[in-house]
Amino acid sequence: MNANTGRRRAATGPQRHQPLARWAVVPLLLFVAIAFGIPALAMLGGAFTTSDAGPGTAVHYTTGNLTASLQGAYFTALLGSVKLSLTTALISTVVGLLLAQAVVTSRHGMLRHAVLSASGVLANFGGVPLAFAFVATLGNAGVLTQHLGLDKAGWSLYSFWGLVLVYLYFLVPLMVLTVISSLDGLRAQWREAARNNGATTWQYWRYVALPVLAPSLLGGFVLLFGSAFAAYATARAMVGASVPLITLQIANTLGGNVFAGQGNVGLAMSLDMVVVAGLVMAVYIPLQRRSARWLV
Amino acid sequence: MSTSAATTAPPAAATAQETSATVEFRQVRRAFGAAVALDGLDLAVRPGELLALLGPSGCGKTTALRMLAGFETPDFGDVMVDGEDVTAVPAHRRDAGMVFQSYSLFPHLSAADNVAFGLRMRKIGVAERRARAAELLELVGLPQHGDRYPHQLSGGQQQRIALARALALRPRVLLLDEPLSALDAKVRLTLREEIRRLQRELAITTLFVTHDQEEALSMADRVAVMHAGRLEQCAEPAELYAHPATAFVAEFVGTMNRIPGRTGDDGSVVEVLGRRLPVDGPQAAPHREVEVLVRPEAVELLADEEGKARVTGTMFLGALTRITVRLADGTVVKADMTTHAAATFPAGAAVTVGLPDHPVLIDERRA
Ligand SMILES: Nc1ncnc2c1ncn2[C@@H]1O[C@H](COP(=O)(O)OP(=O)(O)O)[C@@H](O)[C@H]1O
Ligand SMILES: [Mg+2]
Repeated sequence: MNANTGRRRAATGPQRHQPLARWAVVPLLLFVAIAFGIPALAMLGGAFTTSDAGPGTAVHYTTGNLTASLQGAYFTALLGSVKLSLTTALISTVVGLLLAQAVVTSRHGMLRHAVLSASGVLANFGGVPLAFAFVATLGNAGVLTQHLGLDKAGWSLYSFWGLVLVYLYFLVPLMVLTVISSLDGLRAQWREAARNNGATTWQYWRYVALPVLAPSLLGGFVLLFGSAFAAYATARAMVGASVPLITLQIANTLGGNVFAGQGNVGLAMSLDMVVVAGLVMAVYIPLQRRSARWLV
Repeated sequence: MSTSAATTAPPAAATAQETSATVEFRQVRRAFGAAVALDGLDLAVRPGELLALLGPSGCGKTTALRMLAGFETPDFGDVMVDGEDVTAVPAHRRDAGMVFQSYSLFPHLSAADNVAFGLRMRKIGVAERRARAAELLELVGLPQHGDRYPHQLSGGQQQRIALARALALRPRVLLLDEPLSALDAKVRLTLREEIRRLQRELAITTLFVTHDQEEALSMADRVAVMHAGRLEQCAEPAELYAHPATAFVAEFVGTMNRIPGRTGDDGSVVEVLGRRLPVDGPQAAPHREVEVLVRPEAVELLADEEGKARVTGTMFLGALTRITVRLADGTVVKADMTTHAAATFPAGAAVTVGLPDHPVLIDERRA
């Protein structure tokens, strides 16, 4: 509590001396209000109303859409998305950290350069092209699948783990980009001071490096979770409906593929997504605050 | 051994006296590619002494210290602690507490947890860790600061905590790598005294790296002057100042005048400023142009209308004043005298420069 108020005072301190700074954020707020607020309001409105009746009739307020969005196939899809996002974010965080550490400790400047450039490209390599690349290599008739007889070993790209693999392809580079500057920020003195105080390499990581990195790892994890949670095109192109995902369900309902008039349930599902994202942030922000206390 | 030393907690001074370690570098060589950091370093540190490693930047001081801490390995030679070669012992079992130049405290741990870090690594219980941390915080004069995080501490306070952390495991040797160089002048002076007091109290064998000769001379029992990866001279401060073994030491420690001279019929005397003085230390061949090394406080000035030297400036240093004089041949000589006496030598005054009847060091003439 104490630390909290202290920090707040510290944060507002400089602003008192720069009243203009307050106005500088107005354009940003306007932009957010228009670009984010209006769709959000439309979504909220849609999620709680029904337009089943024909034109000209009054709009009915209902929680039916929301209830429907949390049942049956829709709920399965929501859980599927959460599971996929958690799994991929977790794996990418670990793999990304290991890769970034390997790059940071390597003596070759070239390697670092190459990995960073590649990561920059791959982190943005999503959607249909990525899906196609994987289908061509690891799909049912893919080059590697045929060559290595993966299909006989039970491999299918169009499954949960297939999708995990594809997601890792852009999430791991994203994590590498996120965490590499934090790894650079680990001072050599900390490692040596730890060793000097009797810590083994493992103990150094357990008691110094990971705790120091925690805020940025956590931040990276949330970023990856969000990316995976919102991803749509890749999954669409690859698995169609074979892996239940909330984004695919929303697209279905909005596109009218299932029933006419399901659009409002789609909006309710979008609202579910917002709530999940909100929950993640609610867990993340206090953790981040606590560990950022010493990173002033 | 150190674990038991840390778990049982007898009065610090008593145990340290008995266990003060010797440290020895034997012919230690270490090169980084083309850069030779240590070029056959020979140095012995006596039990319980504070030895300053002094030398210009890049002369290998840090490398020598890191070798003792286990962060570097010699290409050749031995590093001995208490007569045992420690080069094969990994860094985390070296039993040598190290204080780094700056920013080495763990940022996510409070001061007390930083101090107790080593005890935690050794799986020592919470209660004992707390007690030992409190004891050490008291020792470095920060008993109230245990809960602070490093970013809430001043640079001087951080170094005190780092010192406490280095002492927490009761190491046999204390290593300090320019621990004061990032601090401002006033804090540096207080911490100097504090480190010295602590070191005496614990009687812990200590290596103190610095490039600041004043720091070395004022703190150390003995000063080891290094140059290009080798030991030039290791002696007590007064000895080092009065009888530098080499021209490098003479110039690096304190201020030195270089006055042109010429060796006599044999190399043991030198003619300088119209006098013949015996040569101290290494001699040169007869009849050679050399330079004579003289401390500013040894230079004598005489007000003299006929004098060929001119006072070109004075610098007030407090009780002393340093007078700059230009000789007839253009050589600039500095002379220190009491501020009171210096009042008789205003800028522009004509003077003669004299030297006392002491043996002097000589060096090759520089271009
Ligand atoms: N890890 C290293 N890699 C390459 N060169 C190094 C390394 N450590 C030291 N050196 C070189 O060795 C020499 C001595 O360095 P150092 O021991 O740090 O000197 P000092 O502490 O006296 O300033 C310098 O020329 C330095 O550049
Ligand atoms: Mg150094």
